[in-house]
Amino acid sequence: MTAALRLKLENIVKEYPGCRANDGIDLTVKAGEIHALLGENGAGKSTLMKVIYGVLQPDEGRMLWNGHPVRVTSPAQARAMGIGMVFQHFSLFETLTVAENIALGLPAFEARDRRQLEQRICEVSNRYGMALSPKRYVSTLSVGERQRVEIVRCLIQETTLLILDEPTSVLTPQEVTTLFTTLRLLAKEGCSILFISHKLEEVRSLCHTATVLRQGRVSGDCRPADVSATDIARLMVGNDTPISTRVPAAEPGDVLLEVRNLSWKSRDPFGTSLQDVSLNLHQGEIVGIAGVAGNGQDELLKALSGEIRVDRGDMDLGGQSIGALSPDQRRKLGVAIVPEERLGRGAVPDMSLAENALLTASGQGLVGRGLIRFDKVREFSREVIRRFGVRCNGEDSTARSLSGGNLQKYIIGREALQNPRLLVASHPTWGVDVGSAVAIHEALVRLRDEGASILLISEDLDELFQLCSRIGAVCHGRLSPLAPTAGLSIEQLGEWMAGGFESAEATYAAA
Amino acid sequence: MLLLERRSVDSSIMRWASPVLALVLTVVTGFILFLVMGKDPVAGLTFFFITPVSDLIGLAELGLKMAPLLLCAAGLTVCYRARVWNIGAEGHFLMGALGASIVSVQLVDASGFWVLPVVLIAGVLAGMLWAAIAAGLKTHLHCNEILTTIMLNYIALNLLLYAVHGPLKDPYGFGFPQSVMFGEASLLPALIPGTRLHLGLAFGLLAAVAVWVLFARTFIGFQLNVVGQDRRAAAFAGFGARRLTWFAFMVGGATAGLAGASEVTGPIGQLVPQVSPGYGYTAIIVVFLGRMHAMGIIAASALLALTFMGGEILQIAMNMPRAITGLFQGLLLFYLLTCDAFIHYRIRLKQPVRKSTPRAAAAANQEA
Repeated sequence: MTAALRLKLENIVKEYPGCRANDGIDLTVKAGEIHALLGENGAGKSTLMKVIYGVLQPDEGRMLWNGHPVRVTSPAQARAMGIGMVFQHFSLFETLTVAENIALGLPAFEARDRRQLEQRICEVSNRYGMALSPKRYVSTLSVGERQRVEIVRCLIQETTLLILDEPTSVLTPQEVTTLFTTLRLLAKEGCSILFISHKLEEVRSLCHTATVLRQGRVSGDCRPADVSATDIARLMVGNDTPISTRVPAAEPGDVLLEVRNLSWKSRDPFGTSLQDVSLNLHQGEIVGIAGVAGNGQDELLKALSGEIRVDRGDMDLGGQSIGALSPDQRRKLGVAIVPEERLGRGAVPDMSLAENALLTASGQGLVGRGLIRFDKVREFSREVIRRFGVRCNGEDSTARSLSGGNLQKYIIGREALQNPRLLVASHPTWGVDVGSAVAIHEALVRLRDEGASILLISEDLDELFQLCSRIGAVCHGRLSPLAPTAGLSIEQLGEWMAGGFESAEATYAAA
Repeated sequence: MLLLERRSVDSSIMRWASPVLALVLTVVTGFILFLVMGKDPVAGLTFFFITPVSDLIGLAELGLKMAPLLLCAAGLTVCYRARVWNIGAEGHFLMGALGASIVSVQLVDASGFWVLPVVLIAGVLAGMLWAAIAAGLKTHLHCNEILTTIMLNYIALNLLLYAVHGPLKDPYGFGFPQSVMFGEASLLPALIPGTRLHLGLAFGLLAAVAVWVLFARTFIGFQLNVVGQDRRAAAFAGFGARRLTWFAFMVGGATAGLAGASEVTGPIGQLVPQVSPGYGYTAIIVVFLGRMHAMGIIAASALLALTFMGGEILQIAMNMPRAITGLFQGLLLFYLLTCDAFIHYRIRLKQPVRKSTPRAAAAANQEA
């Protein structure tokens, strides 16, 4: 390509106490290029982005912007230079309108003329196919629309390098398609895009070039369209980690869990209510629930775990009604739960791993006559650590001291070792490194093969299609039909995630 | 410029150094205070901290004052570990004293070993009853326990005042607001002959040991810890917050009730309006000073008992106001809470703006 160099990083080093987050990274982004930055969690992607955006100062190395060496000392300076960034967690005020939110990020002289600003917002959003009404309050916007606000906010400031940190993790497949159209259009007009992701298929379809990071170093550059996803994954995780492949489905047995017309009205005005959720789960199968975050996944999990009592509907586990039972009573019947939040729900942060075993596994002979049997607790805890390869300093390390992936392996292991009949797991591999994710998937499959029923709630569609025999989606607290994975297209699932399953219910009602 | 910065790991040294530091700062402040008031600070501090415990009688008196503090603190430890902010030990204590007195007054002429246990149990039950009101208000009506327990303290005090001015008033007491003297059978035996130290201290030490066992060995203690540290994890595990709140309140009510009963059946031997110099409130300081730990609260209750005795001696020896006890207790709690901040935070000298710490800058930017 002959295009001019927009950004060049040379030998960027950034060191934290005890960890070299960036260890001599070189990166080149050309004008009008969509450049992927790939890597596992902890590979140093976020640190590098923060260096570029002026949030962090590198310890060593040089940054060239349009060919000139620069020192970016603050995000304000980065924005003035034409670098815009959309963080994974949006920084929008829900009680303000779109225009007001955008005005907040602008210099005072630009923000003053509200009428002109609204006009510019409309112009920019229409030109790039991102319908957005400047007068709407952010609290009324969907996650996808909020992301548009963030992007428009960058574009309005004449950004020539747009950094997007895992932008698709919160979107439905349809929204992803729209976003990609916008990004391609932007690139064609000369804007460079740095696209951070660990979803390989997306990167392959969107990005011109890719830089892969591993343990703070560049492990490779490639043209993603020309290489396979497995090749890229290999660059990300190195040679010593197995990369899982599609799991053959087992033959499901009898119905274990039957949920009929579950309804629950949320007490929180911003919460999601469950409406008429019905599903059944066979022994030895994994059923997946897709959905955009905040559409009732957590409420469904709590209804199954017993943390909330539903207003209406029945739940039968192996023919026994469990709707009125408390979480520990359900656990005694073989219900195991892996909640979305590891720290602060699945585990008490400041307690040791051994004590955290006691949190849910007290029924495994760890407590006798009201007294804790510490030898048994430690033994159980060591067993989990050993069998599930949890990297830690023994069973006395606090839950807080473990990395996300290792703590998740511990929590899954804690539940799996109790031989549950039903396991409900929410986002088990979210924010987990590839190696741990493979281990977690293997654990789930092993449980399934031993005859357990697993309900897998996840936003990662690859994971769902890989593991589940049937998949459905939640939207606004309602559950779509559960369709066999083999016959389900990703477009169909995306439609369900957006709530379009009224007609489908008739189709699958008989099934 | 000084900058208060969150530590990445809580300081375990500071957790135990903080009470010591608080005590040192209290003594230093006391020293300055005596100076400002024109009193001899060395003599003042000696009278306050040393004189009270310079002989056996003094030590026995210290134990006498420790007993109710330790009992109340043991119960409050159970509450505070579970983050049930029960401020009502004073009320439980007063109700315990009242309940024990009502029964004891009926049994003035009775004899037999059963009398004392009956009287004590009456006190325990009365304290539990008082705690049950706050527990019910919290678990069923979501009333803040801090407010309800404080208000119940005043109701308890007024009930007690009503009793000594009315139904329980000694008809031959020359109009003084006090009950008749209790019968011999309902008085606690002395621990050391010739002193006023009675069995109450043994109850207190026993309660502290029980608290230690509860949290070190039992599953319900573990559940209380989980509820206190992480309510959502407790809900996830199915440790019923409501049940544990009741448990904590019942233990708090029972121990403080026993403390009240021991006080009227011990050194006083009758019900009087000023049965408590604020033991229930001081016990709160004991719990925090003692780090919610059995050994800690034993040491802390001894120290706080000393402030009561030191205050009395200063009244007599140096003609100082009675408020001196409250003042020293207040200073101690104030300094403790201040020093506790350094368990989670540390002070840094802020460097010139150019070299601002990357982490702080990152946090600031992420929020912006």
